[in-house]
Amino acid sequence: MDKTVKDVEAALSGIEDGATIAIGGFFAAGVPRLLLRALAEKGVKNLTLACGSGPLLGARSELDAFLRNGQIRKVIDSYGLFRSATKGGQHPFEQKVRAGKIELEVYPMGTLAEKYRMAGAGVPASFLPAGAGSMVEETTITNIEENRKKRETRVIDGQTCILEYALKPDFALVHAYSGDPEGNLCYRKTARNFNHVMAMAARVTIAEVENLVTSGDLKPESVHTPGIFVKRVLKVPRITFDITAL
Amino acid sequence: MKKFEGLPREIIALRVSQEIEDNSYVNLGIGIPTLVSNWLEGRDVILQSEIGMLKTGSLAEGNDIDQDLINASCQPVREVQGTVYFDICESFAMIRGGHVDVTVMGAFQVNQSGDFASWLNPSRGLSGVGNIGGSMDLAAGAKRLFIAMEHTANDGSPKIVRDLTYPATAKKKVNQIFTDLAVIEVIPEGLLLKEIYPGLSVEDIQSVTEPRLLVARDLKEIEL
Repeated sequence: MDKTVKDVEAALSGIEDGATIAIGGFFAAGVPRLLLRALAEKGVKNLTLACGSGPLLGARSELDAFLRNGQIRKVIDSYGLFRSATKGGQHPFEQKVRAGKIELEVYPMGTLAEKYRMAGAGVPASFLPAGAGSMVEETTITNIEENRKKRETRVIDGQTCILEYALKPDFALVHAYSGDPEGNLCYRKTARNFNHVMAMAARVTIAEVENLVTSGDLKPESVHTPGIFVKRVLKVPRITFDITAL
Repeated sequence: MKKFEGLPREIIALRVSQEIEDNSYVNLGIGIPTLVSNWLEGRDVILQSEIGMLKTGSLAEGNDIDQDLINASCQPVREVQGTVYFDICESFAMIRGGHVDVTVMGAFQVNQSGDFASWLNPSRGLSGVGNIGGSMDLAAGAKRLFIAMEHTANDGSPKIVRDLTYPATAKKKVNQIFTDLAVIEVIPEGLLLKEIYPGLSVEDIQSVTEPRLLVARDLKEIEL
């Protein structure tokens, strides 16, 4: 099987306006920045970007391009806002969230990870304890008031749990260190984070890999994401950036 | 409001580190909790980081910085002998599944029942959204939850309150509070003042703490 695609156009083919796209990465680590750049250039609009923990804060120039082009309708994240309120207040993303022009839906990080895992594993929903006793237990957390949905809860073994549904994105953009043409992937250090579970979750997973190796070159016991979860593989150069500037 | 001079942030972190036993798995949040790691070097304590790392090393600088290696606060860290990496679901299985022995977090407010608020600052004016991050999962799965914070806010108002005015992160989860002025244990009867900053009196601590404090029979000065 050969899932390699020759360029970013082929990698992102089929992504249309209104798509829900999972974006791998945790702040600066493991963000598929070249696919994000290509997505900005493609110009598709009305997108829901399903994140895990702030990959857009770690890919500032790509986020700025999405905002300039008016491509984002909604962001799902556990940590989508700048830590510093001052910095955040000056940034167009937070300004658009404040004005209700972009919806921001927030979940506890582990719950969000589990929502992607459920989508990948064919589990429609499950009861999770994170958020019990907080606003999370009452409604979905979003800046758009009319979209706040009442939550279902159940006390299990004395613990209040919240019914959480699987989150199945149309596409996932993930970043791996090595991959082979069949879509088997290996990640480097903490750049794995949400990439594996998002690859499992999406209908179409597109992986950018820094090293494209031949089938059989990855140690079979050490593959992190088996190729069955991946549809397209694009070889990209390693880009370096200064994480301390974030 | 009166504001007392107390321990610097690094020393609050030192006091927290003394409460962590050897052979523990520990998760440290952003802020003062991160500083606890400086006092754990050489100790048989393993740091778990939400991003997917066990045996998180010290903060990396200069040529040691690796863009693929950060902690959950987006700070570059070092790999050490025995470091393990894993994906986010496995990381939160450790957290939610009760495998982490001690969790240390910061907070805007804590109340006498052990409820705490850390994720949404209403004054930011963001219509009910904030950064939850891993805080609620960590609280849900915590075996022992410590809060490390300044005793009062910048304006001198108490952060240890009768009722939270900020939205809660979790309820009845906090075991101990470490501040620049005191060490307080949350017990079923309320808040037990166990240690105070040298030179301050119980009345001083009470004057910057909203709920009525219970005083430990063996109350002592904070020992480092």
